Amino acid sequence: MYKILEKRRLNDSVTLMRVDAPLVAKKAGPGQFIILRIDENGERIPLTIAAYDRESGSVTIIFQKVGLTTMRLDEKEEGDELLDFVGPLGRVSHFGDVKGKRVAVIGGGLGIAIAYPQAVALANLGAEVDMIVGFRNIGLAILLDELSAVSKNLIVMTDDGSNGHRGFVTDALRQQLDAGVQYEHVVAIGPLPMMRAVSEMTRPLGIHTVVSMNPIMIDGTGMCGGCRLTVGGEMKFACVDGPEFDGHLVDFDEAMKRARMYAPEENLSRERHACRMEEAAKHVQ
Amino acid sequence: MYNKSPVKLPAREQDPIVRRGNFKEVSLGYSAEMAVEEASRCLNCKHQPCVEGCPVNVQIPKFIGLVKEGEFEKAYEVIRETNSLPAICGRVCPQEVQCEAKCVRAIKGDPVGIGRLERFCADYAMARSCPVPELQPKNGKKVAVVGSGPAGLTCAGDLARLGYEVTIFEALHTPGGVLIYGIPEFRLPKRLVKQEIESVEAMGVKIEKNVVVGRSVSLDDLFDEGYSAVFVGSGAGLPKFQNIPGENLNGVYSANEFLTRINFMKAYTFPESDTPVRVGRRVAVIGGGNVAMDAARSALRLGAQEVSIVYRRSEKEMPARIEEIHHAREEGIIFKMLTAPTEILGDEKGSVRAMTCVEMELGEPDASGRRRPVVKRGSEFTMDVDTVVVAIGNSPNPLIRDTTPGLQTQRWGGIIVDDRGATSRENVYAGGDAVTGAATVILAMGAGKTAAQAIHEKLSKQG
Repeated sequence: MYKILEKRRLNDSVTLMRVDAPLVAKKAGPGQFIILRIDENGERIPLTIAAYDRESGSVTIIFQKVGLTTMRLDEKEEGDELLDFVGPLGRVSHFGDVKGKRVAVIGGGLGIAIAYPQAVALANLGAEVDMIVGFRNIGLAILLDELSAVSKNLIVMTDDGSNGHRGFVTDALRQQLDAGVQYEHVVAIGPLPMMRAVSEMTRPLGIHTVVSMNPIMIDGTGMCGGCRLTVGGEMKFACVDGPEFDGHLVDFDEAMKRARMYAPEENLSRERHACRMEEAAKHVQ
Repeated sequence: MYNKSPVKLPAREQDPIVRRGNFKEVSLGYSAEMAVEEASRCLNCKHQPCVEGCPVNVQIPKFIGLVKEGEFEKAYEVIRETNSLPAICGRVCPQEVQCEAKCVRAIKGDPVGIGRLERFCADYAMARSCPVPELQPKNGKKVAVVGSGPAGLTCAGDLARLGYEVTIFEALHTPGGVLIYGIPEFRLPKRLVKQEIESVEAMGVKIEKNVVVGRSVSLDDLFDEGYSAVFVGSGAGLPKFQNIPGENLNGVYSANEFLTRINFMKAYTFPESDTPVRVGRRVAVIGGGNVAMDAARSALRLGAQEVSIVYRRSEKEMPARIEEIHHAREEGIIFKMLTAPTEILGDEKGSVRAMTCVEMELGEPDASGRRRPVVKRGSEFTMDVDTVVVAIGNSPNPLIRDTTPGLQTQRWGGIIVDDRGATSRENVYAGGDAVTGAATVILAMGAGKTAAQAIHEKLSKQG
């Protein structure tokens, strides 16, 4: 069992949890993920590692309530235990020589939590990090202090303009590129359409762009093949070949269709869970 | 006197019409009377050809002799001397190409039902008590085993008996490997696998779940932690696909994923269990092995209206156990032989709607000795399907190979070992599908056994 050491709601749909998992903490690196299972009937879901502390043996995950499992995970409290927590899985990010080079780390929505450790790693390698992050509105902003500390230049965009910067992360990237900023390397992490949009923008400029894929998977060790995707015309498995890939080579159309494979089942599970919660609430009253 | 019947006594079975709607075990095995009757067909040959045919050399005539005398528990103990998982082997071994193929009775008529007798003894003894075999005194040496499938469990059990302190590292949340995630309940009940694992644990073997060797720890870390030797039984990994258009459409599963969702994540109880599976109405399973049969029969049990096995050679070349093919056919699985898929077609949402195939005919024998299938001209046709399960094998998992410097592997990824299971790395041994590519439970067990002996000899010499 894996104890939840800390739980913090970052906004009304995003939660941070620090979990006691010494074996994972010992080996974890940027870009890697874990798979967890809440209880006996639970699904195995992959979540990217947001932070780790080798000394205390804890691993931090940040998740958004999007499906049944993340809804149920959000109901767990400090001191509760998770049945399974395995990792680190996937390959560690490789950035090459970025010392003194200017790089952009772009995060959308929950992707910001995943992009953050990348920014830390790049900064530690001596890169000059611009962070471009986007939220629906400024009230949903997370980790701003952390992001600001690690980046040379933090650009925050909001869909509704509530912080005075209305637009998508790609609008900000466009402005930077138009202003003549030369990026050696771009990391884009977030919803598939956002990663595709960033990749399309950097492609004509030949800027190496890395995206982090988070497809449906079960074992996460290269056994089930559920996480397969097409990269440069070849079949790849996100769990063992990724989760990071060259954004210019990923078939995003296919990845988006695959991500929706279980949409009807996911809706059913969510509704059932909501009903059950309502029933439970009635009992309490 | 022996029983002169030329026919192998059939085991009791669930009716095909009933069983295609449930996940309960298909074969109900022998009763005690039936076991004695079948055991009486054994000639107790002096030269024991059957024993040679068994990858773990079970003392077959000896145990069958005890069955004949009604000494079922003693018979079980004889089997257990060389086979640590008899209840499993009795059910999933391809006896027709192993022990039973060598049976003298098979020259004229059916061989003795060795597999069915083995299963009977195991079920009989396990329903009563499972005595822990005698263990050698602890020798203070630690051995790590990677993977808790048939190879790992066998290797761990044998080493524990010899006095080693053994820890198995398992990547998934429940031990058993392919016995748990792959082979369905109707062929191998999970309670038996659990019981066999408990008996290995009763010998002092520790099982650490949720540890991915090659990620959570490396082989070198294990040596640093004081293990004197490591056995790698990590099994087959990456599912193979055919490399035809449409394989990433929604509704195309690898057999691994399809069976893992159903067996391991209990998708058949969705939404009680949180993991779904999309079975569809018309299912095509590509391949001709046991895994293909398992996938097809699982799809049928989950409500598919029409399930076809699509295989590019003829039934004679199918690698599946004869009994599985027979059971599948009885249940109404359609066999489309000499048929090869060429493309999977999707709808606008990216879901499978059909599959195009070509008919094949058999040409000259190929490297495997089987006649090579060649495309029949102008034979293209379309199958109306909404789910495709690809069951054409696996290539070895890359995690250990990629993180263990100096570990030599074949070009296709299998770990290279000598005939005792030793790899190119000192004190690292390997066996099972990680070495051979997809094969059988019993061959993996045989490899685990050989390696355990080799590890014992090596570590004894090292003092």
